[in-house]
Amino acid sequence: MRAGLDPWPFVIASYALAIIATFALVWWSWRAMRRAEKRREEVRRK
Amino acid sequence: MHGFANPKRFLTIARPLTPALLVLGSLLLFGSLAYGLFAAPAERLQGETVRILFVHVPAAWLGMAGWSVIAMASIAEIVWRHPLAAIAGRAAAVPGAMFTAICLATGSLWGRPAWGTWWEWDGRLTSMLVLLFLYFGYIALAGATAREGVSSRISAIFGIVGVINVPVIHYSVLWWYSIHQPPSLSMGKSAMAPEFLWPLLAATLGFSLIFSAVVLMRMRALLADAQAEARLRRKALDSDRRPTQGEW
Repeated sequence: MRAGLDPWPFVIASYALAIIATFALVWWSWRAMRRAEKRREEVRRK
Repeated sequence: MHGFANPKRFLTIARPLTPALLVLGSLLLFGSLAYGLFAAPAERLQGETVRILFVHVPAAWLGMAGWSVIAMASIAEIVWRHPLAAIAGRAAAVPGAMFTAICLATGSLWGRPAWGTWWEWDGRLTSMLVLLFLYFGYIALAGATAREGVSSRISAIFGIVGVINVPVIHYSVLWWYSIHQPPSLSMGKSAMAPEFLWPLLAATLGFSLIFSAVVLMRMRALLADAQAEARLRRKALDSDRRPTQGEW
């Protein structure tokens, strides 16, 4: 551990980055899946 | 194994499994990360920065696991021609790349207070960066082959060749002089104190369940797109074959 550097901003930035990126990926994948499945149903109904 | 390659059976299993993996993964993840942030003790040498372990190590594991999934799916595609194998490989690429990027970013954030540098061109860090570039190449290649209607075996071969980097990442800290510490965990052995080990395993499991849910969601999206495109093509062919009034 290097003296003089406050570790907390680095710790909080790591957690924020990991959590935000993970749940952004979940949200994006969920939306893409819903959109694709809706399109498939529309094509089937036509 | 071959039974799951049937798209209909896959959807029957994936539909209830996706939300279950998401809920269980989120619970495990928030529990273990809350422990890591607020309750884990400071380490003797690394002090408070050791808390980054609980996000950095699972991200590294998933970066490598993602490419292993691509390699296994690629083998299944080439050897057994499973209809879902190419879709599984493509579905694992984006989450794999994302966790590799998280690993590199959190490693950099750990390196600055621990080593005094954001980046070092040593074996472990460089081979992890190479993995990220391999993911970019695979995503571009798989997207192009799907768009152009070219055989997906080209991206499958790239997926198999690229897996050579996974053991290189793992053993890099043993093969070359490295600023990165050697592995603290291996099969059946741990050099880690239990107050770090068990929450780390819980965080890794939580991230892995969420990763699996994302792969399933992306597989469902790719499968739905392929089925819609196939139906549209069939309809277009049918309407082309139907004779017009003047042809009777």
